[in-house]
Amino acid sequence: MSAAPVSPPSRAGGTSAAGTVDAVRADRRHGRSRALRVSIVLAVLVLLVAAVSLTLGAVAVSPADVLAALVGRADRLTSFVILELRLPRLVAGALVGACLGLSGALIQSVARNPLASPDIIGITAAASATGSVALIWFGLTGLALSGIVLAGTLVAAAAIYLLAWRHGVSGYRFVLVGIGIAAFCAGIVSYVLTRADLSDVQQALVWITGSLNSVDPTSLLVLGIGTVLLVPCALLIGRPLGALSLGDDLAAGLGVRPERTRLLVVAVAVALAALAVAVAGPVSFVAFLAAPIARRLLGRGSLALVPSALLGALILVVSDIVAQFALPGVVLPVGVVTGIVGAPYLLWLLARTNRIGRGG
Amino acid sequence: MTYETPSAVPELAARDLSLAYEGRVVVDGLDLDIPAGRVTAIVGPNACGKSTLLRGLSRLLPPASGSVLLDGSDIHSLPTKQVAQRLGLLPQTPTAPDGITVADLVSRGRYPHQGWFRRWTADDDEAVAEAMTATGITDLADRPVDELSGGQRQRVWVAMALAQRTDILLLDEPTTFLDLSHQLDVLDLLLDLNAARGTTVVMVLHDLNLAARYAGHLIAMRSGSVVAAGDPAAVVTAELVRDVFGVESVIADDPVTGTPLVVPLGRHHTA
Repeated sequence: MSAAPVSPPSRAGGTSAAGTVDAVRADRRHGRSRALRVSIVLAVLVLLVAAVSLTLGAVAVSPADVLAALVGRADRLTSFVILELRLPRLVAGALVGACLGLSGALIQSVARNPLASPDIIGITAAASATGSVALIWFGLTGLALSGIVLAGTLVAAAAIYLLAWRHGVSGYRFVLVGIGIAAFCAGIVSYVLTRADLSDVQQALVWITGSLNSVDPTSLLVLGIGTVLLVPCALLIGRPLGALSLGDDLAAGLGVRPERTRLLVVAVAVALAALAVAVAGPVSFVAFLAAPIARRLLGRGSLALVPSALLGALILVVSDIVAQFALPGVVLPVGVVTGIVGAPYLLWLLARTNRIGRGG
Repeated sequence: MTYETPSAVPELAARDLSLAYEGRVVVDGLDLDIPAGRVTAIVGPNACGKSTLLRGLSRLLPPASGSVLLDGSDIHSLPTKQVAQRLGLLPQTPTAPDGITVADLVSRGRYPHQGWFRRWTADDDEAVAEAMTATGITDLADRPVDELSGGQRQRVWVAMALAQRTDILLLDEPTTFLDLSHQLDVLDLLLDLNAARGTTVVMVLHDLNLAARYAGHLIAMRSGSVVAAGDPAAVVTAELVRDVFGVESVIADDPVTGTPLVVPLGRHHTA
């Protein structure tokens, strides 16, 4: 069909034009309904896994009792276990996962590179560095620790952005500068750890691996408020970001300001990652994995922001269940599990990148 | 031949426009009126600044000095989305996001007509459908763009620019990487568009003969300045070709259209 001589396009409108309108509408509906279906399935999965996770634990609680506890009709012990112990951990896990998934989706698409996720380009590494310094040298915990980590992450992100800037930011330079910053931050972490007491190191290591073991109500509140503020920003910025995926020139021709949009997207993405990391520590690979999988589910060049967030939540909640119950008597940091799942994908992606000679 | 639609305020014009990349001046002090409602081709040798000029005219490259005027106002003083409703741009060799369908890509052309909260309307559907009909790609609506041939893909990009429904359309080498039949195909399409809607078309072209045949107004550039501008029949002469391209040539009448046909000579042939 490609080589067929093309006759001058007919301009006769009438029925064929109406048919075309229908075809356009059908294609758009098809794309939307697929996005909607994927999102609904993912949301249902998150809810299912969440329900399962509430029943699991040292005290087994039946689904009926979980439900009773949620509506405030269970006995005191069950209520305490569900509402005070398991639900905060579950909600924190889901929100941290959603923030990381969304953050990864934003940064990967703005850099047009699947390697550009916050855990590869030094955003979460910066969180580890500031976190370990704050924990070990200054003994900070809780909200103070979260605040310092948030600040450190934003500073590192600004550094990456400025260092990668040369008449605009290109994807590859962004990733390479980010990897450099990550190495620098890893160096800081090692230095701090080698100079610290063993007990401090142990506490810091759990946090650095990424863990939901120490979620307290205050940090959960911060996480909740932050999510409520940032998710709408992310979804709004998704519109110009979608235009930006056509390349800077076309986007500018359509009335998007590429540099300004990129800066906004990176800012929102970093804030999301920082928020998640400040609460749970740098849980690895969730941001890295969620968006590529979500995009594969959707196809069609979609940004897949909502599915990425849902998938991030799903990955984190499932990983946390595994982390809590895979080894009897040991509650692993959730980052151990996500790391084990994510690392093979990173290797595969790097191998593929080498083979086809581009970033994904 | 002068402009067919003379007006006090030109639709698109450059005034003392200088464009530079990293301090290196590429276009220097250029004055230019783009005739409204006509097809203009910008020709010139490699690195003469023709693509840079197009980037300047489409506000992608801010001027080092001087200005680009859209309806008499400095294009950089207008909200960029408002400009995008008047002026569409098709850059050279754009890339489509992986897996995007034809209808979806063409729909992206509606971006400047949508606000933060005003989403998709029946008008948008109609504009997209019309653009796809005009470019003859209606059968491809649900096909992924990356599966198409080069000629089909270029039609999709033109359709996207059409869906933007602008009065002015700027195209940077719309025929690059296309075989002859698809080159003619795209140029015919632009001419159709100009005839049917009065769209002002400005395109950078490599091929002087195609430019002379398809454009009503020709702008010849050399090292950042306009050497000649006007009706191809008046502008294209052996002196101009020597001047602009540094090539000796014989100018004949195109046996089909009567427009000037440049026959370059080279070292092994003489007139």
